[in-house]
Formats: sequence, structure tokens, C-alpha cells
Amino acid sequence: MTRKSLTAKGLSPVASRQVNDSQGVRHVSLRSGVYADSVRLMQVSRDIGARDGVRAVLVAMATPLNLELAAGMGLAPDGEAKPDQLLVALTATDDAELTAAVAAVEAALAHREKSGDVQTIPARTIGAGLADATIPALAIVSVPGPYAAAEAADAIAAGRSVLVFSDGVPVEQEIALKRAAHEAGVLVMGPDCGTAIVSGVALGFANVVRRGPVGLVAASGTGAQQVSCLLDAAGVGVSHVLGVGGRDLSEAVGGLATLDALAALDADPSTERVLLVSKPPAASVAARVREAADQLSVPVRSAVLSAEQPDLTAAVEALLNDLGVAVPEWPSRPGTADAVPDGAVLKGFYSGGTLADETMLIAAPVLGDIRSNTPLRPELDLGTDLRARGHVVVDFGDDALTVGRAHPMIDPTLRLEAISNLAASREPAVLLLDVVLGHGADPDPAYSLVPALQAAGLPAVVALVGTDGDPQGWSRQADALAEAGAAVFASNAAATRYALSLIGDGHE
Amino acid sequence: MSDPLGGLLAAPPSIVAAGVEVFSTALRQQGVAVADVDWRPPSFGSPEDLAQLALDPRRAAANRVAVERVLAAGSVLVDVRPAREVLDLPDRVLLHSGPPLTWETASGPMRGALIGATLFEGWATDVEDAERVLAAGEIALDPCHHHRTVGPMAGVTSPSMWMWCLQDPATGGQAWCNLNEGLGKVLRMGAFNEEVLTRLAWMRDVLGPVLSAAVRSRPEPLDVKAILAQMLQMGDEGHNRNRAGSLMALRELSPAIVATKAPSSDIAEVLRFIGGNEHFYLNLGMPTAKLAMDAARGVPGSTMVTVLSRNGTEFGIQTAGTGDRWFTGPANTPVGLFLGDYGPEDANPDIGDSAIMEAYGVGGFSMAAAPAIVRFVGGSVPDALATTERMYQLTLTENPAMQIPIMGFRGSPTGIDVLKVARTGWLPQINTGMAGRVAGTGQVGAGLVQPPQQCFEQALAALAEESRAAV
Repeated sequence: MTRKSLTAKGLSPVASRQVNDSQGVRHVSLRSGVYADSVRLMQVSRDIGARDGVRAVLVAMATPLNLELAAGMGLAPDGEAKPDQLLVALTATDDAELTAAVAAVEAALAHREKSGDVQTIPARTIGAGLADATIPALAIVSVPGPYAAAEAADAIAAGRSVLVFSDGVPVEQEIALKRAAHEAGVLVMGPDCGTAIVSGVALGFANVVRRGPVGLVAASGTGAQQVSCLLDAAGVGVSHVLGVGGRDLSEAVGGLATLDALAALDADPSTERVLLVSKPPAASVAARVREAADQLSVPVRSAVLSAEQPDLTAAVEALLNDLGVAVPEWPSRPGTADAVPDGAVLKGFYSGGTLADETMLIAAPVLGDIRSNTPLRPELDLGTDLRARGHVVVDFGDDALTVGRAHPMIDPTLRLEAISNLAASREPAVLLLDVVLGHGADPDPAYSLVPALQAAGLPAVVALVGTDGDPQGWSRQADALAEAGAAVFASNAAATRYALSLIGDGHE
Repeated sequence: MSDPLGGLLAAPPSIVAAGVEVFSTALRQQGVAVADVDWRPPSFGSPEDLAQLALDPRRAAANRVAVERVLAAGSVLVDVRPAREVLDLPDRVLLHSGPPLTWETASGPMRGALIGATLFEGWATDVEDAERVLAAGEIALDPCHHHRTVGPMAGVTSPSMWMWCLQDPATGGQAWCNLNEGLGKVLRMGAFNEEVLTRLAWMRDVLGPVLSAAVRSRPEPLDVKAILAQMLQMGDEGHNRNRAGSLMALRELSPAIVATKAPSSDIAEVLRFIGGNEHFYLNLGMPTAKLAMDAARGVPGSTMVTVLSRNGTEFGIQTAGTGDRWFTGPANTPVGLFLGDYGPEDANPDIGDSAIMEAYGVGGFSMAAAPAIVRFVGGSVPDALATTERMYQLTLTENPAMQIPIMGFRGSPTGIDVLKVARTGWLPQINTGMAGRVAGTGQVGAGLVQPPQQCFEQALAALAEESRAAV
């Protein structure tokens, strides 16, 4: 025979007893200061009695009638019982069941039908979600493109800026949203904006970079990542990275968001310099943006790619000069590429569209025409033939290659397949890749890339965009890739030039 | 500009996100507060139409105008007069609830009420004769809503019935509604037997004149909107539960009723009749809502619903941006509790103009104010609160005059937005009575119902079309 005293929150047992014998274990207790009506107690008794491990149960006020019932069940309480006490009496198969059943009684007695609590009704629209948001708040919309406008419009109507990650938003809707945002004094980042850093909060694909005086306005996600990571490597931080979407500097959109983002950074006390990052824009828009930038009090430097200005790294270096910061030696790891065969071609397999553009702009003057799915000139279009021979740069992040699958920064499958196909083709080649680290990206890109590079056995050069603060760690990834024989560069321009030098060596 | 982008660049923002969750996960890892929206594809509407409306530059301002008019509308009781005088209709016209309908398409209770009113007006000698003249089209049918009128259930209003005459003191707008007959076997539920006709005659000969004299004798017109506001604080929601409102109306009118020159036996009968009718106030609340919703008619670019109404066959809605055009679909049958031996098979599809209460933000929208109502569907108090919470996401504003105590005195969710109905996938919640599907039965129960989605689909398409033409 064992005796235990059970206490429970909110109830004070006056006397309790737990007995273990051949009929199972029993618990009998009387509690004062607890009252529940008989219907409620009948419900509790019924619910507890339905438990598998419970043989008999009586939860009732200790009236003479109920005490008689308890005695009949062999569950009479010790000592004097009063009618205003609550009798909890039960028999269970073993100690564990008994303890659980007593706890269930406590829980059932403590339960009240909620009177004032509201079930949480989740917000189904950005508008409803923003109604309860603290200030400042930013909306992120990544719903299917055809439905994105309504969600983004909610944010604008609520006086909040919005990042639209969705692609496939019709351009006239983009224009309408950006006009409305301008009126409302807020910013539409996107559509198809994958990268932003706002007041230190990294949104989408962004790197862990230090905070500092440089504001970026970026019509290009990977371009912004390259630039912010190089700045970080030079010890210079960013105030904000405001993405504007890849179409913002097109003729149709006319730089609506770029102009608003520049104005916002101009008014931001933490921003001392601005760098504008973009793929080649529409000429008229570039001029308009340049004109607007010249009116600002904050100095604006351009990292807008063109045949004349093909190099993001050079733009960063120029900015560092502006700031009086010494240009560091950009991090790299030497490769083990030995002999590059005669007539080797450049195969650039990219996940970042702007990096692919930069590579083509740098390489074309050296190599001549480069075919691509995102070519510098329409007649160089690769179409869907990713196995074309000759100098080729493929942007695996292009919309046409991401239908129904994740972005190559998350899902490397398509690119790994292309590497394996290239090796099988036996075309002499130098393989040039970008690997983009940071929030949202593949948590360990080297894990799948290293065996693919080893299997391919091709001379490989990697532009590794990231920082040591990134979850993947630049140095860890660089070491792993170098171990596999790849030459690794923090600068895509440097990587491209190194690849070109390998090909040049081969020619000699 | 010292505070660019609303302070966004000054401090780390909290995030509200709709769409893929990977972003939210990465943000939470940074310690950022993220609220994920429970987004789902809109339940209807083409992406082009939805975007057209979402991006219509007129929409925000138009909806603001519409809801401001709704909120600004008042409602005072200025008179009680026979429909013949109020409506100024040609002979042999009966008004009915909901969108337009014909005798052929009329449901059982609608036919029953039309038969009863035809007999009551002496336009037919007996039931068969009434059916004949109605089927022959000798009596014209027209929706109440086309005449600044609303009527509960069948809503059948005939020239000899007395009407509450309500007025918006701000705009002078007017709205009318007949007098409530009580529960059970009543004309509005489709009953037309001797008991029904006898009561209608008494209402014509005694109740109407007494109320008319009493209302006209009051020094100040009765503020009917103020009663509705108080009801919500007393456990009524103003559609399916009007107990407190009916008692308050009785309290306000009693002294003037007693002071009329009517015989004391008539006065006693009038007071007993009003005191015994828990829905007496409904016919005052409905024209109050009608005044407010009519005030918002004809606001181009507004996506707000101005009318929710059913005729027992079809559900019809109208919007502020599309004027008097009806968008209709087959009426659903309410779910709820039944009187006596009646069951679900006895219930007629949804009927009555009373859903104007929901259009105004009370009734089912203010379910949280009247938790007793959810018992009609075996629900709990949290269900009532959840219903109102959902309705906030369907509506454009909160009516500060209509506060719901349990929601922290939040204003009732007011002004249904067609666009929000599509985007949330939730349909308006309506509390309603249930009429028997067989003509002559009367009331069989009460419960909850929703409009058919088709009404909103058509309205959305029409609003988008109008927007394309205008923008």
C-alpha cells in the first residue's frame, strides 16, 4: 500500500489517497473551495470514464447520495466529507494511467467555455494583415504573379512599402502600382525583386553584410549581392539595398521606382553614398535617372552595366576611392587547373542574370561572339539548346528555365546536369560558374557542386558571391570548392578574367 | 522629407508576408517579426478583373465616399401612414422582397403571401380566385427595393398596410417598411388563413391608426438608429434577435400610444401586441439600414454592396458602383433550428429584404454582439466572435455608432467589399428566419445562411467592366 499526495494547480485537496491493490490503483480525494454544477460534473465523469486506463470514476460534490455511490464503488473518502467539497474518486489500471486520469480531471475542471477569447482568424489579405502591424512595416508579396497586384495595392493603400517577389506581373500593372506608390510616398520593390536589405533586415536572397554608409538601388538582385559583398570585404557597409525589379529601367516603366528609391535614400540620414546597380537599361531611362541623380545632395555612382562599363567590381573600387577606402585584394583561392587544351571554349553556367551579363560584357571583346539564352545581341540567342558548342553563357535563373522549379540558387539540379553533359560531350572547355550565398540560397552549394566538378574533371573557375557572415560561410565554401580544384574568386569580374586567361594560355 | 517611405529606412520594419513561406523562415531567423497572411487564390474573378479593380485609381476614394455616406446616415421615425399614400402606386400592385420575380418563379411562401395580400385587399373572392388573378398577371409585382421600401421575409406590401416612415435627418432621405405581424402563422412567412387575414385587418383598423396618432403626437421624432446602437449592447444583433430593440421601441412609444384618443381596450390590445412580438423592431431597423445603404447608391468606382436581398427563389445584390442593377443567383436554404415537428425538408430557400441589416453591418456581421444566435446552428460563443472577425475582413470600415461590447467596443464591420469577398473566399454571414416551403405554412424555424457566390461573381465582372470603360 502506497500513499501519495497529489496537488494540482487551482485545487486544494483536503485529503487524498492513492491505493494500489489487485483491483488496480485508486485515487480518492476531497477538495474544498471548488464548485461545479452537476451537469458539468457528469460531463467530466463521462469524459474521464472513457479513458482506456480508467476502470471507474466519480467526480461529484460530496453529497450524502454521492458518498453512498462512492462507497458502493469501493471509493469512499477518508474522514469527514462535507457537501460543499468536491469528491474525485477513480480506479485505473496502473500508476501512470491514474496520474494521467487525475491530471485530466484537473484539466477538465479548470476548463471553461471561452467567453471573451476570439479564435484567431488569420488575415487572408495583405490589407487585413497590415491592419494589425507595428510601424514601420513592410509587405512582402510572393503570390502567383497574376494575383500579386491586389496584394501590393493593399500595402500602398495602407501607406506601406511593398516588396513584390512574384514574377509574371503584367507590366501595365507594375506601372499602375508604382504610380500609386509614388503618390502615396511609398516604394514598390519589384515585381520580380529577389533581393533587398531594409534597415538591416535582409529580404529574399541577400547576404549578411555589415551596415554602413552606402545605399544601393538595384534593378538586379545578384548584382546587388555582388556589390554589397565586395563592399563588405572592403570593410564598408550598406545602409539599405532597395531592389526595384528587373523591368524598372525599361522604356515602359521608365525608372519609376528607381527615382523614388533614389529620393528616399537622399533623404535618409544614414546613407552617405548611393550606388545604382542594374543590367543594361533603356538608354532614355538611363539618361533620365542620371539627370535625377545629379539633382540629389547624396553622391550617386553608377554600377549600371554596359559595353563601356562592363565591370561591377570596378564600380565598387571607384566607390571605395570616393570614400577614401583602400581597395583590398579581393578574396580568392587558386585553382589546380593544369593544362587547358588548345581551342578550349568558355562555358559560363550562371544562376545570376546580372553576373552572366557582366561575364559576357567582359569576355566578348576577348572571345568574340558568345551565345546565350540571355544574349547581348538577339542573333546570339541560344534558344533552348543548352548543349550548343562554342563559347556559351547560360543564365539558369532566366524565367524560361525556372518554370515549375525553384531558382538555381536553391535547386542546382539543372546546372549540375549541364556540367555533366558538357563533360560527356568532350568539348574542350573552361567552366565558369557563379555560386551565390546568403539568406534564401542553397544552404551548402559545395555539397553538390564539388562531386559534380570532380566527376567532370574540367578546369573550373567559380565566382563565389557571399560573406563569411553568410549562413554558408564564404571561406568554408571557397575551401571546399578549391579542394575540388576550382579557382575561386569573390569578384565575378576577376573570375571571368581568370577564365579568359586560362583559355588564352590554352591558345598559346 | 525627413521621414522617407513612412519611416521604413529609420528602423527595422516588421513584415507582413503573403505567399511562399521560405522568406518568412529566413526573416524569423534574423529575429524579425513576421506575420504570414493566410493567402489563397481568390475564390472567383479573373486575375485581370481583380487587378483592374485593385488598381482602379478611383476605388479608394469612391469606397471612402460610399462608407462615409453609410456612416453619416441617421434614421428617425417621422410618420406611420398607409402604403397607398406613401408609395403612390397604381391600383393592383403588390411589392415583394428581393430581386424582381414573377408568379411562375415565386416560391411557396412568396405565393402564399401574395395570395394573402390579394385576399386582404379584396382583389379576389377566395384562394383559387387569388391564384388565378395572380397567375394571369392581373396584379403587378414589383420589388420593395425599387420603391425605397424593404420588407422582411416575403416582404409583401399592399396598399392597405400601414408603413413606418423613416427619414434621414441629414439628407432628408426616406425609407419605408410595413408593420411586423409577430411570429408563427403570418403573411410574411407565407401563411394566409383566416387568422392571418384577421390580424392584418386589425393592424389596418386599429394598430396602424393608433401608431400613426402616437408617432405624430411625439414632440421629437423617435431616433431609431440610436435604438439599434443600444440593442447591440444588449444582446441583440438587429436581424434575428430584436428583443431589446422591441422593448425599447415599446418604451419610447407607450406614453404617446396611451395618450391617443383610442378606446382603452384598443390601447391595451396594441400594447399587448407590441409587447408580445420580439421582432417588432425589425421593421424599424430594416428601413434604418435601407436609408444608410441608399445614401451610398451611385458612387462610380465603389465596390461596396448596397443591397443584399432574397425573394425566396433568387438572391440579389446591388453595389454602389453599379447603380440599380441586380446581380442574382439561386437562393440557398438556411441551416438552423426548427419549430415543433418541422425539419430541414420543410424550409424554403432564403427569403426577405432583411439581409439589408447585414449590408449595414449588423445582423450576422455583428453576431459577436448576440452569442445566443449561434445556438441556432449548435455553435459556441467563440464561433460568434469568429464570424464577426471574418466579416471585418470583408468590409471597408467599422461603424463607430454600432459598437460590439465583446469585441472591445469595436464598431460593427460595415460596407461589404465585392473585391474582398473574392479575395478572402468568405461569403457574407446572414442570420435569418425560415419560412415553410409550402404556401400557407408560416414560419418553420430560424438559422444562418450565405448568399450564392454567383451574385458576387457577376458584380465583380460588371464592376471591372465599368472600371475599364471609365479609367
